[in-house]
Amino acid sequence: MEIKKSAIAGTLESSDVQIMLSTGKNGFEFELESDVAKQFGDQIKETIVNVLKKYKIENAEIRVIDKGALDMVIKARAITAAQRALDIVDTPQWEVL
Amino acid sequence: MMKQKERLRRTMMFVPGNNPAMVKDAGIFGADSIMFDLEDAVSMSEKDAARYLVYEALQTVDYGDAELVVRINGLDTPYYENDIKAMVKAGIDVIRLPKVESAEMMQQLEVLVEKAEKSFGREVGSTNLMAAIESAKGVVNAFEIATSSKRMIGIALSAEDYTTDMKTHRYSDGQELLYARNVILHAARAAGIAAFDTVFTNMDDEEGFYRETELIHQLGFDGKSLVNPRQIEMVNKVYEPTKKEILNAQGVIAAIEDAKRKGSGVISMNGQMVDRPVVLRAQRVMRLAIAANLIDEEGNEIEE
Amino acid sequence: MKLKNNVGREIPDEILKEKGYQSFQTVDFGNSVIQRDAPKVHATTENNKVVDSLQDVVLKTVKDGMTISFHHHFREGDYVFNKVMRLIIDYGFKNLTLAPSSLTNVMNEIVVEAIGKGVVTNITSSGMRGTLGDAISHGALKNPVIFRSHGGRARAIESGKIKIDVAFLGVPNSDAMGNANGMDGKTAFGSLGYALMDAKYAEKVVLVTDNIKPYPNTPASIKQTQVDYVVKVDAVGDPDKIGSGATRFTKDPKELKIAKTVNEVITHSPYFKEGFSFQTGSGGAALAVTRFLRQSMIANQIKASFALGGITKPTIDLLEEGLVQKVMDVQDFDEGAAISMHKNKNQQEIDASWYADPANKGAMVDALDVVILSALEVDTQFNVNVISGSDGVIRGAIGGHQDAATAKLTIISAPLVRGRIATVVPNVTTVVTPGDSVDVVVTEIGIAINPKRKDLLKLLTKIPGVPVLTIEEMQKKAQEKVGIPKQLEFTNRVVALVEYRDGSLIDVINEVKE
Repeated sequence: MEIKKSAIAGTLESSDVQIMLSTGKNGFEFELESDVAKQFGDQIKETIVNVLKKYKIENAEIRVIDKGALDMVIKARAITAAQRALDIVDTPQWEVL
Repeated sequence: MMKQKERLRRTMMFVPGNNPAMVKDAGIFGADSIMFDLEDAVSMSEKDAARYLVYEALQTVDYGDAELVVRINGLDTPYYENDIKAMVKAGIDVIRLPKVESAEMMQQLEVLVEKAEKSFGREVGSTNLMAAIESAKGVVNAFEIATSSKRMIGIALSAEDYTTDMKTHRYSDGQELLYARNVILHAARAAGIAAFDTVFTNMDDEEGFYRETELIHQLGFDGKSLVNPRQIEMVNKVYEPTKKEILNAQGVIAAIEDAKRKGSGVISMNGQMVDRPVVLRAQRVMRLAIAANLIDEEGNEIEE
Repeated sequence: MKLKNNVGREIPDEILKEKGYQSFQTVDFGNSVIQRDAPKVHATTENNKVVDSLQDVVLKTVKDGMTISFHHHFREGDYVFNKVMRLIIDYGFKNLTLAPSSLTNVMNEIVVEAIGKGVVTNITSSGMRGTLGDAISHGALKNPVIFRSHGGRARAIESGKIKIDVAFLGVPNSDAMGNANGMDGKTAFGSLGYALMDAKYAEKVVLVTDNIKPYPNTPASIKQTQVDYVVKVDAVGDPDKIGSGATRFTKDPKELKIAKTVNEVITHSPYFKEGFSFQTGSGGAALAVTRFLRQSMIANQIKASFALGGITKPTIDLLEEGLVQKVMDVQDFDEGAAISMHKNKNQQEIDASWYADPANKGAMVDALDVVILSALEVDTQFNVNVISGSDGVIRGAIGGHQDAATAKLTIISAPLVRGRIATVVPNVTTVVTPGDSVDVVVTEIGIAINPKRKDLLKLLTKIPGVPVLTIEEMQKKAQEKVGIPKQLEFTNRVVALVEYRDGSLIDVINEVKE
């Protein structure tokens, strides 16, 4: 699916992550900011990519500001951001959860 | 799963549904029930975000033995139906509906819950319900609400909206809540479900918190909704049985065992017959004593 | 060749050989005979040592290749370090060894500059953080930094391993001859504990003060017999930044839960009895422990013989209530503790050697019953790291950690995870305090007891509401929450050595690979 509009989910509070999605052309392009990028950067990206793929998103620019979020938080924020970007907030795809 | 009637519900801790730090740590404070809030604690623009955060937390975080409750958005909001779907899919123990004024509202919720259970392959009937009563009309209809569904596990008083509806506000002596508390308690007891008292929000007034908790404990409430983990210990302290109560309860339990061994249908202690209410009270005292770490699972006293 | 020491760390052979180190063996110090080193004394019979020009004193005392020292009692409010280092850099001195008791954040920039200009080529400290830790971890300094505990520094100074040529010691008051203390004046910080070592052993002692008092100034913690110059400056520090802020009781429910559990461990241990002694340190959870401990002491009618180490106001409250007989005070973390020193005769100033030095005729830590210490990481061998972050970068200080951990009951108190970083890990990034000296780890999910302490295992297993886990179970719980981090990458270059308190090498820190 194509991203319909830029969307953002999550906050900059400790233990949260802010994910911004916007239209892209070359697959997934990440910009990641995190104190734990060295240890968990790849995992953070992988979690987000897995969510986006479930929504059949193939191209996106993804800006991530991580404040030490656990994987489940990253997943929840990615789901929220994807639904907002696809403009399906009111009719979510339950099978993705 | 613990039998619903036997479950202790002294403390129901509110957790803002869109706060990852609080959602992830909600299990460490020993609350009997954890209530994730999708309603008032979450701004309009973040309703979807909170829903998925709570959903993911329920999939991954170990909340121990706590009963997991979610307060969904009201029936008159656009979030209501999606909240129900997400939470049923997540396998929440209890859905708490705010601002309930009639049995019909709960029945409408039940229909949607059952539909969601079927579509997500959850056992029909596995999602329990509870109602928050926040208006004069809700108080007047408390009994029909309490008996509105087999899924009902409790009703709760929500005093902020209620006092506004009553054209008053909260006072420290709680006189303005006396009628509502008694009606809700009676409705709950008549229906055989739990009764929860309202929150106490002033964290700096420890004395006031104890005063209110002692009052609702005396009245017979199962417990209280709480806004801060620091209140859990205080409520538990109020609900802690006395040494005398424990000794007495242990005597009753021993008498039951004795009667069972003898194959006798009559339970007697010190030559007197023990009535069913006495047995029930003794069993509750033992549950409270175990929860307060005063006795162990086998009923033996724990040395200090 | 690489050999593993007794905490399983590979120490490059050439480091041991070149620097003349023994590899860490044991936490028992034994009864060695030690030769101490005495400083040269430049005698004088004059009656005034006051000099107005710091420049003149720096030029007169400092020479290329010397070892210079400072103390960190002014913490983030220190002006003296920057004033002196600015002159030293501007005069173009080279190859100095910097040997402060510790380095606080306000010192970072100028040290980085001094390293860059070849002014400073060696450093020994209790720790470092921020931009300096980052620079060192990325190889800014050719020679490895040596990290020593407070007791270890005292030992190294006494034995001549650290030979201080000039000590620049900021004080909130002094008379014209150098009688000074830390407890009076607008920049009062209380105990001069760490600086007392420098005053006693440095060849030249330069006091820097903004407050000249009439002669003779008492009580004199630093004495005129030790001082060469007294330099008058406008200000030695910023009073608002000296203390670690108001000692507010934490409201964080997780910290409170940990503190409460720590208190349960203490009160269920065999050491909680009349006349026991304890050290709690600073930080929100430590203050909460002190408050819970107070309640338990009152409830059980138990008084402590002494509280030790870095002191905070809540500990002073216990002293004033009569719940603690003596406070043995090496530094004060807040204003309340600092200003109480001269009105409480039972608040005894102690130097770092008396506090924590193993190479001694007895240090206070030897008599310590209970200590609560923090951790950046603790591993399944109970080894503790307080110096390097989970990204491998230096960001902490040993402080008195290794020293106080020799207490009869050493409790490590820390959250199970911080953000996405596990505190309980399979292997700590850097071993600072060996697991042999750690007894109980307390987190919000329960406690883990060192299996070597079978006695504690028995006593602490039945505390109501306090689950006991093995340290491996605890580590697994942490991992379930955060996942498995990617292995850190380091180069072969050693950028810092971590000494154990006895002077052996317990670990090394390598340059991080980016």
